[in-house]
Amino acid sequence: MAHAALPGICIAFLLYGQKSLLVFLIGAACSGYIATVCIQFIVKHTRIKEDAAIGIVLSVFFGLGIVLLTWINQHEGGNQSGINDFLFGKAASLTGSDVNVLTVTAITMITTILVFFKEFKIITFDRAFAQGIGVPVSLLNGVLMFLIVSVVVIGLQAVGVVLMSALLITPALAARYWTEKLEWMMWLAGGFGALSGVAGAYISLIAYVPTGPLVIIFATMLFICSFLFAPKRGLCSKMIRRYIQRRTLRAKQLYKRGEQA
Amino acid sequence: MSYTIWILFTAALVGINCGLVGTFLVLRKMSMLSDAISHSVLLGIVGAYMVSHQLQGVSMLIGALLVGLLTTFLVQLLHQKGVQSDAAIGVVFTCLFAIGVVLISLFADRVHLDVEHALMGEIAFVPWDVLEVGGKSIGSKAVWLLGFVLAINIFVIVFAYKELKISSFDSEMAVTLGIPVVFIHYVLMGMLSLTTVASFDSVGAILVVAMLIVPSATAYLWTDRLSVMLICSALIGVLSSVIGYMGATAFNVSISGAIAVATGVLFFISLWIAPKHGLLRKWLKKSPA
Repeated sequence: MAHAALPGICIAFLLYGQKSLLVFLIGAACSGYIATVCIQFIVKHTRIKEDAAIGIVLSVFFGLGIVLLTWINQHEGGNQSGINDFLFGKAASLTGSDVNVLTVTAITMITTILVFFKEFKIITFDRAFAQGIGVPVSLLNGVLMFLIVSVVVIGLQAVGVVLMSALLITPALAARYWTEKLEWMMWLAGGFGALSGVAGAYISLIAYVPTGPLVIIFATMLFICSFLFAPKRGLCSKMIRRYIQRRTLRAKQLYKRGEQA
Repeated sequence: MSYTIWILFTAALVGINCGLVGTFLVLRKMSMLSDAISHSVLLGIVGAYMVSHQLQGVSMLIGALLVGLLTTFLVQLLHQKGVQSDAAIGVVFTCLFAIGVVLISLFADRVHLDVEHALMGEIAFVPWDVLEVGGKSIGSKAVWLLGFVLAINIFVIVFAYKELKISSFDSEMAVTLGIPVVFIHYVLMGMLSLTTVASFDSVGAILVVAMLIVPSATAYLWTDRLSVMLICSALIGVLSSVIGYMGATAFNVSISGAIAVATGVLFFISLWIAPKHGLLRKWLKKSPA
């Protein structure tokens, strides 16, 4: 998704002529939507599998984006540094107004999710059931898609096009280990994301290392901790449980053998 | 040889290498793994530099090979422990890539390697980076590296053709026949890592993915035979590099980006006109006039 947004952002820039978050957002949403349609078309009408279809569409879109980007760099001269930073990410170059936009987005995001929480939950877990009880599935899917695209476009400035997908996946995956409930998973994922953001930014200030990668490394460390030590689904607790089971089983067998003898 | 011919030659070699390896990726439904390895290879290159203090040739290949296998291993480990396969790939490669970027920025003042270059590649500089043996230049370094990897790839494919074929199409049958399926998987991932790192300098990490998947998928539309598909996808790779290069010079844009777009255009055309699986043919069949 982050890759597919690139040509949209470039075209929006070409049409509009300057850096503007809202225009970029619309462009990215359009090209993201076109990419999804292309993927579904290829999967439906040919024997190519979904993973290859995703690979084809995303890499070709990204190539197109790079072509447009080099075109812009040559023809618009003065503005190029702005759009480059935008794509490769530099949290330190964020200005006050950017932070305002980020805050507004975060609040919109949270309220939208709170309002539609029940509906999102149903269409995520059981789409057929949702359709059956009359939930507007495709509309809500569109809303969800729009939320994802806006998060991606806004997050691009902070961590760059490549690492954006990590921020989407890793905290959520880490949260999955701690809970079975969607509500908790959501808050936990948000908390993990915030935690790694703060930690990454702080270390990057001290050590003069780019912020984006550090944030990702922190998120991955959180994931590894959850993977190993989460109370119920973690690897360690699973091993301990298996060990206890094996011991009780062996004790039972020994006891039985003793009785028989 | 002139400047243009060197670039075209390099791009064509990238096309052949990627076409051969990509065929197996598409058939085995592992396209996303190529995305992962093309990113995490960056860490291998940085690691190789830190150990050997040079950026060329064998040390780079070894570093990339190790990290590629590490990626495969970690993905499989997480997958076995119950993480969804695509999520496992996503976590592993982004983390390794992030470590690579941090290491680059820590040593940025001494290494000629920046993130933008790694992502987009710069094929236009290939002809000037020549290999010298005994003070005489014998051609571009990238071409030698790609040629070397091509030799390995062809050797493995010819040598283990039957094993690769059976394990790609029917892995359960391969297991019962006693073919070491897991070993073949790692061999293939090793080939993928070598191909990626050799193509890295010319077309960049992300566009390697386009060269790996798109020509192979296009070939998959044209034929049902593995041997034909291998040759087809190599040819399509070469064709799209030529078209892409001409387009790039005509509009003065990024060469690697234009090549990726060219693969997409060829795919789109094949989608319609391919003899057996093309859309036109299917629609004609559905409504006989």
